Amino acid sequence: MVQTVASPKAGAVVSTFRDEYTNAFRWMLLARTLDDKFAGLYRAGKIHGGVFLGRGQEALSVSVGLALRKGDVFAPLIRDQAGRLAFGEPILDAVRTYLGSTLGPMRGRDGNIHRGRPREGLLPMISHLGAMIAVVNGILFARRLRNISGVVGAASIGDGGTSTGSFHEAINLAAVEKLPLVLIVANNQYAYSTPTSRQFACGDLVDKAIGYGVDSQTVDGTDLSACLEVVGEAVKRAREGHGPQMVVARLLRLCGHGEHDVADYVDPKLKQSPVGRDCLKVAEEHLLQQGWADARTIELWRSEMVQKAEDAVATVQREPAPDPYEEDWRALSSQRLLEAREERPG
Amino acid sequence: MSITYLEAIREAQARALAEDPRVFIYGQDVGAFGGAFKATKNLAEEFPGRVIDSPISEDAIIGLAIGAAIDGMRPIIEMQFADFSSVGFNQVINQAATLYWRTQVPCPVTIRLPAGGTSGSGPFHSQNMEAIYAHYPGLVVMTPATVEDAYHMLLEAVAIDDPVIFCEHKYLYYHLKADKLPADAMPTGKARIAREGRDLTIVAYSAMVHEALAVAEELASEGTEIEVVDLRSVKPLDTDTVMASVARTGRLLCVGEAWPWGGVTAEVMARVAGEGFGLLDAPPQRLNAKDTPVPYHPNLWAAHRPTARSIATAARNLLGL
Ligand SMILES: Cc1ncc(C[n+]2csc(CCOP(=O)(O)OP(=O)(O)O)c2C)c(N)n1
Ligand SMILES: [Mg+2]
Repeated sequence: MVQTVASPKAGAVVSTFRDEYTNAFRWMLLARTLDDKFAGLYRAGKIHGGVFLGRGQEALSVSVGLALRKGDVFAPLIRDQAGRLAFGEPILDAVRTYLGSTLGPMRGRDGNIHRGRPREGLLPMISHLGAMIAVVNGILFARRLRNISGVVGAASIGDGGTSTGSFHEAINLAAVEKLPLVLIVANNQYAYSTPTSRQFACGDLVDKAIGYGVDSQTVDGTDLSACLEVVGEAVKRAREGHGPQMVVARLLRLCGHGEHDVADYVDPKLKQSPVGRDCLKVAEEHLLQQGWADARTIELWRSEMVQKAEDAVATVQREPAPDPYEEDWRALSSQRLLEAREERPG
Repeated sequence: MSITYLEAIREAQARALAEDPRVFIYGQDVGAFGGAFKATKNLAEEFPGRVIDSPISEDAIIGLAIGAAIDGMRPIIEMQFADFSSVGFNQVINQAATLYWRTQVPCPVTIRLPAGGTSGSGPFHSQNMEAIYAHYPGLVVMTPATVEDAYHMLLEAVAIDDPVIFCEHKYLYYHLKADKLPADAMPTGKARIAREGRDLTIVAYSAMVHEALAVAEELASEGTEIEVVDLRSVKPLDTDTVMASVARTGRLLCVGEAWPWGGVTAEVMARVAGEGFGLLDAPPQRLNAKDTPVPYHPNLWAAHRPTARSIATAARNLLGL
């Protein structure tokens, strides 16, 4: 996939940290704008099923998308709008999947954040937490078997997801096989309503990596500079053959679990603490402070992103919804193995 | 006063907790939050220390329940969605289901599975897993279709000395209301005649009972009388009640929301064809979801699972109308 959607630097070599930061900020802004748009559509009753946002996690997520290159693998989860965009997922994929357009990658069969393009290295998450990590391992393993080197696979997981057996099996396997896996753990303090105190008893989630013999780093997930650096370094180390890397980011989910959830269980003290800072605001202030962008420019970017989001939604709203009579209702690719008795919908 | 199917599930758990000190509830977000669907609303407050949030570790959650049951407790486990029970599948089918047979020590765990399709939920939040669990010896599989059954069967599930898979249908959570909770109910293992009729038997369970009842109503206005049998539990399966109904009507249509291959409808058909072939005036028929994962978009979802419309078509075909 190509990175052309919002970046003015598309195709150009990102030269300085200033450019890198600014570029990342613009992706974050687009992700936030798009998420806000989905939230609005949800409230207007225009979206079937749930809406899940990445608000507060854009700095971490975008750092993953930007550290990866074409040919790498990314298994995002539910709060990775920014990383998906930066990795190259077209805006239209998100909008089409949320609105169920037949022209989207999931064709109305799956929805919302359950989308991807496996052949292009963007894995379509299943809901079952932890399940994607081993699949990334598999792609990396297959590349090694074919003597393709220099590839990295990144998988996202939440604080809650680290309690799954799948997480533990997959990180151990990656370590044993010394795969170039980068595990991005967003410790956003909650798994739905469950605080981390009910999820794990280690001092910090990086301790889990130590137990498996995996290199790990922590990072302030509200600080874009830190995220770009730490995630960038982890991806670099994996690429250089140092085996799996884990990055644990501290941040706060600045939304409900889904848009249906008012999240009144979130501790107000956390919201006021440094972990509760909004990474987008922090990044904006940093841009202004450094003189890398002025307020007017940022306003212009903001309207540019709103325009992109609205254009995409307007386009998709004119697209066809799935028609049960057009559906082939087939779950096998081997035509000759299909049972022929499928009746048409009545 | 009126009470929903979901509230009945909450009330049954409250009563089980109140009446039996061995009962506790364990699952993701079931504590102060009251569960993803609010099936345990306020229970953590009313029963301190007995309604407990778990980590996201289905295998360990179900394993814990089995251990606690061996030790004399009566755990109720909530899976956040039935679909996620696949991650704890090994503990259910290899540990809970075999324990009594291997050791004569019973395993009284209740595993609640919020199951079934609701529009817009997609392939991982819509599954019906009753057939898979019913396949394994050593499990009881309940599929309540009414508010009354949701309440009484859940209480019975807790009381039963064996592992019970309690499939509660998410579509019925809010859609179904009763005036009040009845004092008692039929025991598990007995099917219920949900509506009497002489022309055709529709066997259904869970949410499909209501689709079948709607069809019976529709065809009644055209002079056809459909009998609707609500299985209530798919394991044990009350073959006698089904057979007696088919003996009266001579025609069978079996409806399930799960996938067609194998499963509950196939089991009913096999039993009726095998033991009651002579009772049939026409080949028995069945209707299931289509053989694909459950689609997200409402247009597809509505065509994927049986509905009153597709059941009515099947019923008319079977009746030669
Ligand atoms: C195996 C499994 N069990 C339960 C769920 C239901 N579920 C969906 S998201 C979620 C909370 C996830 O928390 P976390 O991993 O911290 O990610 P976050 O939502 O905070 O980004 C739960 C319990 C699931 N998706 N998969
Ligand atoms: Mg979390």
